[in-house]
Amino acid sequence: MRFINEFRDGAVATAISRALYDEVDRNRDYFLMEFCGGHTHAVFRHGLPDLLPENIRLVHGPGCPVCVLPVARLDLAIELTLRDDVVLASYGDMLRVPGSRKRSLLKARADGRDVHIIQSTAEALALARENPQRQVVLFAIGFETTTPPTALAIVEAARLKLENFSVYCNHVLTPSAIQSILDAPEVRDLGQVRVDGFIGPSHVSTVIGSRPYEFFAEEYQRPVVIAGFEPLDVLAAIRMLVRQLNEGRAEVENQFTRGVTRYGNRKAQELVAEVFELRPEFEWRGLGKVPYSGLRIKGRYAAFDAERRFELIEKPVGENKACQCPAIIRGVKTPSDCPIFGTVCTPRNPIGSCMVSNEGACAAYYRYRNHAQATA
Amino acid sequence: MCLAVPAKVIDIPAPDQALVEVGGVRSQVSLALVDDVGVGDYVIVHVGHAIGRLDVEEAEKTLALFRQIAETIGLDANALH
Repeated sequence: MRFINEFRDGAVATAISRALYDEVDRNRDYFLMEFCGGHTHAVFRHGLPDLLPENIRLVHGPGCPVCVLPVARLDLAIELTLRDDVVLASYGDMLRVPGSRKRSLLKARADGRDVHIIQSTAEALALARENPQRQVVLFAIGFETTTPPTALAIVEAARLKLENFSVYCNHVLTPSAIQSILDAPEVRDLGQVRVDGFIGPSHVSTVIGSRPYEFFAEEYQRPVVIAGFEPLDVLAAIRMLVRQLNEGRAEVENQFTRGVTRYGNRKAQELVAEVFELRPEFEWRGLGKVPYSGLRIKGRYAAFDAERRFELIEKPVGENKACQCPAIIRGVKTPSDCPIFGTVCTPRNPIGSCMVSNEGACAAYYRYRNHAQATA
Repeated sequence: MCLAVPAKVIDIPAPDQALVEVGGVRSQVSLALVDDVGVGDYVIVHVGHAIGRLDVEEAEKTLALFRQIAETIGLDANALH
């Protein structure tokens, strides 16, 4: 596959690895946070920890939309499916995530509720057109990568004057989450989490550009290197971060030049601005309430807002006390620190969202690291 | 969720619609979020939509840099030739 396979070449990986061994300062550690779950999985799937000098430590960040959605928000989606007039259209990632009282969208579907897995927002619109007597609700989650297709669906629904289509919006923003991590007491005061620099998101940045990170680099004096999702991209970005830290620089650099520009995709940004506005605050699993970190549908598109149409109100829920997802999302703990990791909680029977998602840190550890640990 | 793949545009059968190919698999995607994409271009596809163009020239520059790194330590980068 062109532009994928070339970025997985073993010889180049070895070469960058050797260069890293030459360049690291033996007298210090490098704590680098990969914000995205996509990077976490690339790291373990391709065995990158084995290629890194020991003093480069990767800290896993909260960039997994499935993981950071609070249980109370998922519960509302499950409750929507209990209405006989509703067809819920959801990306497949959400189906196995446990809600409260051991419920999930998958179980709702097994109980005969109408839950459709979609791969594109266009499919949700098609469902609404094919089922005029039913209410189709798009369960929209995701970071800036996934938001523009949702905005497009709402604009299209307005153009078609669809009265049976609405969106349950849970879209969140990357820069707010990064700031929340840098402002967290664990990072700022307690020293429990050390983050010297960030491996920045690939496809989120395709949409928003590299400019939004310039503030963090400057204000918090942390270098950010935007990296592609292939293993050579990640290794090259780590080398760029090491160089910045060695030279005492804190700048935004772009390793993923083939997919990211400074200003991003302006057409997509304008569409998102047309349809969505900032919520004053939004709850994240693990990070708590983060100011201006989530989006809601603007008043002019209120007719397509499922929260208004169905008067959805969140109810407080208790999290499973043994599950360490919230601490893992913050980077305070690793999956191996969790008492139920790999025993009670597995991908077949997930207790926490980090074990469900293809971007979750627990799923990455379980799938790619279990063997290494068992034989260690 | 944020994973996207580079895909080659094979055909543009209708405005804002494209037939794309990744590793021999073809699918229909929306071009509504990108401007000025033509047949033969590469786009970055996420949940059925092209969210950006893949800059082939920049990709080649990155690969040339990788080749150079491999050559400096005497390794042959097989996949790059």
